[in-house]
Amino acid sequence: MLHTLSIEELGRNLGSGQLSSVELTRHFLARIERLNPSLNAVITPTPELALGEAAVADRRRAAGETGPLLGIPLIHKDIFCTDGVRTSCGSRMLDNFISPYDATVVARLKAAGAVMLGKANMDEFAMGSSNETSYYGPVKNPWDLTKVPGGSSGGSAAAAAARLAAYTTGTDTGGSIRQPAALTGVTGVKPTYGRVSRYGMIAFASSLDQAGVLAESAADAALVLQAMAGFDPLDSTSVDAPVPDYHATLATPLKGLRLGLLREFFEGLEPRNAALIRDAIEVYTALGATTVEVSLPHLPMSVPTYYVVAPAECSSNLSRFDGVRYGYRCSQPKDLMDLYKRSRGEGFGAEVKRRIMTGTYVLSAGYFDAYYLKAQKVRRLITDDFRAAFAQVDLVIGPTTPTPAFGIGAKMDDPITMYLNDIYTIGANLAGLPGVSMPCGFIDGLPMGLQLIGPHFGEGPLLNAAHQYQQATGWHRRRPSGYE
Amino acid sequence: MMSDWEVVIGLEIHAQLATRSKIFSGSSTAYGAPPNSQANLVDLAYPGVLPVLNAEAVRMAVKFGLAIGASVAQRSVFARKNYFYPDLPKGYQISQYELPIVSKGSISIVLDDGAAKTVGVTRAHLEEDAGKSLHEGLANASGIDLNRAGTPLLEIVSEPDMRSAKEAVAYMKKVHTLVRYLEICDGNMQEGSFRCDANVSVRRRGREKFGTRAEIKNLNSFRFVEKAIQYETARQIELIESGGTVVQETRLYDSDKHETRPMRSKEEANDYRYFPDPDLLPVQISKDFIREVAATLPELPDHKAARFAREYALSAYDAGVLSASREIGAYFEDVTARLGTTHAKLSANWVMGELSSALNRDNLEIGDSRVGPQALSGLLARIVDATISGKMGKEVFETMWSEGADADAVIAAKGLKQITNSGEIEAVIDAVIAAHPAQLADYRAGKDKLFGFFVGQVMKATEGKANPAQLNELLKKKLHSGS
Repeated sequence: MLHTLSIEELGRNLGSGQLSSVELTRHFLARIERLNPSLNAVITPTPELALGEAAVADRRRAAGETGPLLGIPLIHKDIFCTDGVRTSCGSRMLDNFISPYDATVVARLKAAGAVMLGKANMDEFAMGSSNETSYYGPVKNPWDLTKVPGGSSGGSAAAAAARLAAYTTGTDTGGSIRQPAALTGVTGVKPTYGRVSRYGMIAFASSLDQAGVLAESAADAALVLQAMAGFDPLDSTSVDAPVPDYHATLATPLKGLRLGLLREFFEGLEPRNAALIRDAIEVYTALGATTVEVSLPHLPMSVPTYYVVAPAECSSNLSRFDGVRYGYRCSQPKDLMDLYKRSRGEGFGAEVKRRIMTGTYVLSAGYFDAYYLKAQKVRRLITDDFRAAFAQVDLVIGPTTPTPAFGIGAKMDDPITMYLNDIYTIGANLAGLPGVSMPCGFIDGLPMGLQLIGPHFGEGPLLNAAHQYQQATGWHRRRPSGYE
Repeated sequence: MMSDWEVVIGLEIHAQLATRSKIFSGSSTAYGAPPNSQANLVDLAYPGVLPVLNAEAVRMAVKFGLAIGASVAQRSVFARKNYFYPDLPKGYQISQYELPIVSKGSISIVLDDGAAKTVGVTRAHLEEDAGKSLHEGLANASGIDLNRAGTPLLEIVSEPDMRSAKEAVAYMKKVHTLVRYLEICDGNMQEGSFRCDANVSVRRRGREKFGTRAEIKNLNSFRFVEKAIQYETARQIELIESGGTVVQETRLYDSDKHETRPMRSKEEANDYRYFPDPDLLPVQISKDFIREVAATLPELPDHKAARFAREYALSAYDAGVLSASREIGAYFEDVTARLGTTHAKLSANWVMGELSSALNRDNLEIGDSRVGPQALSGLLARIVDATISGKMGKEVFETMWSEGADADAVIAAKGLKQITNSGEIEAVIDAVIAAHPAQLADYRAGKDKLFGFFVGQVMKATEGKANPAQLNELLKKKLHSGS
């Protein structure tokens, strides 16, 4: 079946002429039509556009062009602006917003010949860890439709797990790629902050947001990241450094790799989860890696730090949604203040409002020093902890989440418990580090994720280590039943 | 009593930087385009867009910092100033807050009595302008024009060093001169390219503690600055003397009614929640860059004035007027170079006198003068070599101005050549004396004032062509010789 093939295999079939991009696109569109209604992973399918892009890709190939992503279908998280296509960010606020331009990520993948099948559901403005805050309703986990897929890139993760596309894009502000990747059994890559342009990616927390990819394997993700990464003059925080050939280093042997076991990650870890991670470490040891225990003393403060920094930035980033120039506007505003209050009050959901209020509070006169400034200091300490750790080890290994996917509705009335779901992923965002989550086994029939974190711009070694693990284990090839 | 009180003034000047594109987007900054025709997705704050700093704006701010002897920060940070307003599309203004690009400079001004004073400049920081709300011609609606949104501004904040409305105006004029010298701002006040907010407070003379200040917003002419401060000073004194207290508030100056009024308190009850803008990296400025910018600095007004006074033996006042703009200074130096430095005073008098009034009358900038430096020096050369008198020169100048001809052609056409032949002048003098025996007798009896009468008669007879210096000398001799 076409949807079980890797990007490389699909590329070979397209290259040999056995398969056209239009056929491949039809195949995935049919899967979306059949499987998406129960998943709610895709909120804006774009079949006509996709078939048009596929036909163009076929013509480009016929004209002699090659490229690993040429003619391969994807689904974009609805946080990326797509020219001429609704870009809702999972919010009623942008339910009517047709973007007049492409995000840099979208433009780069388009240039590489990617075919967009549609836009993926997500937590509203990427704020959530379960994909339940979406205006378009929750996404279901293909492994168990009563469970959440994680978030905020829940639609992207579920779509990748159900093979509704060859790969999907996501964004990760506090774990929004890695956590849903873990809960749906796919490979999720969050690059170094600054590696991929944020231009056209609707901002949640600017100093933390980073675009990445969700795919079946590290090898597939490497091909996609290759096309996404690189300096963008339109994003001042993107880094002007060459992009190494990620695919070329996948096969590098791991002999001598120093893996750091974070003491803080293993303290209090649920025994079945801990067993899976230990198994994974054994795989690495067998592959020639050595392990070193390291400590990041400030890491336990990462969740509270994150829940000051991220809301602070979001409270300002979301001010532009005021009902004046685009997006939702309340009916019959009495005056300017009424226009602002009701457009925002009706356009935003509860979690977004909670974070805007938190952020407004921590930036307010009299609270700024105690919250925002202190959080920035702790953030610096966490970054320094990681730096010290990477002087001793090449990569850090640990779990992605504390538990497997939880039930839809189970944590919605308890934001703090929900926030704690990101306890293992947030550190990498605060320090701007690249991270990967990949499947490493199951608990109660639900997939669990193994997380690797690398030093700044360590995507190459990270993907190499993930690929070697996947070659040795095959967990990433497990598929939810009904989606084989 | 006014004299028991001292007013304390600080100004925040907003100078629009003369970059071609906006501070964080590629849109044009040209003035006067149809509404919203110069607002791109970044200016409109579309979802997902990001700011990119215009390097030219940074260069201009550095130039200003160097020109006022300030320290230029090696690292400065853009911050977000958060508030909601329809002309502010992002819901925040990008400005500099804790770490401005320029700090601790100073500017010298000359007061009416000729005394010099130094005004401290606390800081100058880069920020973006907001758009404009439009109300005219719109029934039951407000329009928003975002052409100005994102235009680069340099906000220049003074110390509370000024003690009168006149000092404040002198300071503002000096900053105006400076930004135009540096070619970082066109200084056009009608178009809002140069405007200020004035912080005004009063205290009893001799007290050290400042009074509570009011901030008068958006003053866009020197005259309004002076009037608004005068009004506000009087208002505060009257208020305190009648038992009231000044409240810290933002006020607007109404130039029609000549008064300041408080803005609605709602608009100022803002907590701006400043924090560093995570979309922009800190601005890093290297010593090399500072050296590079320093090398492009023109001769600055104070330096030019001092040099003029020294090189051309001009008074401090003349030197100050002639260095008020680069163009005036260049014009004066061009004329003087052609004429010879010994005639610098003549050249200065003409540039500040006839030329300047003709320019004012026709509302022209010196660069558009109808009589250029070459033509003016041609005219002055004829005065120097006594072909014509200074008075005749004025007539020639008017014709040159209106007809565009050169001095020699006008002199020839009008037959204005001065009589410098002593014999010829003496003959006229003799005839005048002979015709006025009574006046002669009175003069000789001690009525010195009649000397002017004789001069007038001779000039009348020669149609004003007698060389005045020669006439004076010869007439004196004749009037005294006969006795």
